[in-house]
Amino acid sequence: MTVLLNRPDLLEDPPARRGRPRLKAPRVLLHVALAVWGLASVLPLVWMVSASLQTNAEIYGGVHLIPKSPQWSNFVQAWQQSSFSDYFVNSVIYTVAVVAGTVFLASLSAYAFARMRFPGKRALYGALLVFLFIPIPGAFIPLYLVLAKLHLLDTQLGYILPMINGSLPVAMFILRAFFEQLPKELEEAAFIDGASRVQVFTKIAFPLARPAVATVVILTVLGVWNEYVLASVVFSNQALLPLQVGLLAFQGSYFSQYGLMMAATTITTLPIVIVYLLFQKNIIRGVMAGAVKG
Amino acid sequence: MSSPRVLAPAHREAPGPRRTVAGTPAPNRLAKRYSRARRIEMVTAYLFILPTLVLFLVFSVYPFVRTVELSFTSWDGLSSTFEQVGLDNYVAALQDSVWWGSMGNGVFLAVIALVFMQGLGLLLAVGVDRKMKGQTLYRTLFYLPPILSGIVVATIWKWLLEPNNGVINATLDSIGLGALAHPWLGDPSTALWAISLVSVWQGVGYPFLLFLAGLQGISGEIYEAARMDGATGRQIFVKITLPLLRPVIGIVSVLTFLGAMQTFNLVVAMTKGGPGYATEVPILHIYRSAFGPSPDFGYASALSIIFGVLLFGVSMISLYLSRRSGGEPS
Repeated sequence: MTVLLNRPDLLEDPPARRGRPRLKAPRVLLHVALAVWGLASVLPLVWMVSASLQTNAEIYGGVHLIPKSPQWSNFVQAWQQSSFSDYFVNSVIYTVAVVAGTVFLASLSAYAFARMRFPGKRALYGALLVFLFIPIPGAFIPLYLVLAKLHLLDTQLGYILPMINGSLPVAMFILRAFFEQLPKELEEAAFIDGASRVQVFTKIAFPLARPAVATVVILTVLGVWNEYVLASVVFSNQALLPLQVGLLAFQGSYFSQYGLMMAATTITTLPIVIVYLLFQKNIIRGVMAGAVKG
Repeated sequence: MSSPRVLAPAHREAPGPRRTVAGTPAPNRLAKRYSRARRIEMVTAYLFILPTLVLFLVFSVYPFVRTVELSFTSWDGLSSTFEQVGLDNYVAALQDSVWWGSMGNGVFLAVIALVFMQGLGLLLAVGVDRKMKGQTLYRTLFYLPPILSGIVVATIWKWLLEPNNGVINATLDSIGLGALAHPWLGDPSTALWAISLVSVWQGVGYPFLLFLAGLQGISGEIYEAARMDGATGRQIFVKITLPLLRPVIGIVSVLTFLGAMQTFNLVVAMTKGGPGYATEVPILHIYRSAFGPSPDFGYASALSIIFGVLLFGVSMISLYLSRRSGGEPS
């Protein structure tokens, strides 16, 4: 689901906040209000980590945030049991493959749409973007049929290709906006020196687009790591499941063992939180510039 | 894009009358119409977009067309044959009370989201949109829940809401409000509320961020001018901020509506539509029709189309209305 605010300027550093309405109420009140929601936003995650380090008896014995003695064994057990480590590795494979494919395909097509002249350009770009706006609920049904026809059901490729396709429009939109605002002079100088289009793209335009590529990478990582429904449709082979589907299966088998379950949930969540904290600038700018939600 | 390319003769548009010919030329006339360099440029461009187009055709366009086709058949997704049944699936959908119940639940989730998710998002954005300490920290915290997967959020909250030893009931107990403790997800009268509040918790960061982007697009000079004219903070908000934010509010409302109506992961992982059909949502019903115990791809496709057309219609009407009453979306 996507909206295009069309504000590529937001990929740049934000302007200083000048002249905002001044507050009558004391600043403290504002901070208290904001802090309350800030706390509410992290508290469930804190509980998750806390419970992941408690024994079952401790969890059933009443509410307390600090574990008596941290049960790291929950993590060991969660990792080793019910192929959770396989799910994790699968998720990493899918994420890397989809990100690589998306960046490769989207940067090529975005560059062509931004910089090159060819008949049918506007119509093709319009057609690609239309699928951003039309909600297609239940798209997993026909996708399932297409994959069955191509004999790609229950294969890694059968998951990776539609996921790339799903990530492409937003990636293309962000990259095209970026390529369009690159100064043309750099490329023109290279043409005079006899460089070909492909060389100009690989040696000049693509390296310059690094900030936009970073944003695309991060948004795609979030999208793939968190994806559930397509994976649940494509895979029936347990050995191929990514984390989200695996986590739900895990929930089914260990439903009363909360310590274990929260350890598994923490393992699923931690990588994405780390990625977010490291690259939040790219994420936030990406969302604001070509707003995306997984 | 349309500015003339200087100094790059190799990539300049073919000059003169050739440009005025409309449409794609036949291959044998290409040589006459475009210079060699232009032809190389065109072929390169098509090669650049070809892989994207292939994926798009196979995984977006074809499935879309196929859904429409299937909705007029009685295919179960497995057998090699199926019958054309005309509008039967659509007629059956009209009489499917579980389906319309799930739509009602979707509308409930959407109304809660439009009021609370958007309202809170707007308040937080206005609060953060100023020169202040901790702005980045707040932004980081507020956007944390949206980056989590629905499955993870559901797993955590399902445990927090657990009737016997979940944190919420246990906390109520320990502060002497044990009478309020409740099997939140197990009681049909509270289950949908619980899901909608979890989805608001997770979703607030998204409208917050979009509203913040919108607010940051408003020039500080406008505020300064208004203040010079003696406008109060409240007047500024109502007379300046809100109207200028209107296009963004329009878009965010549509997105919030679409997102809430298509809630799926949270429900699958928290209640699976239960108890009974108390939390059944449209996508779950479509999913079950196709992959449930009695698979019916034809019927599921018809439900998809009905749902898609309704969502698209409502979105277009709201965008049209918000555009007419406000300015163009930024």
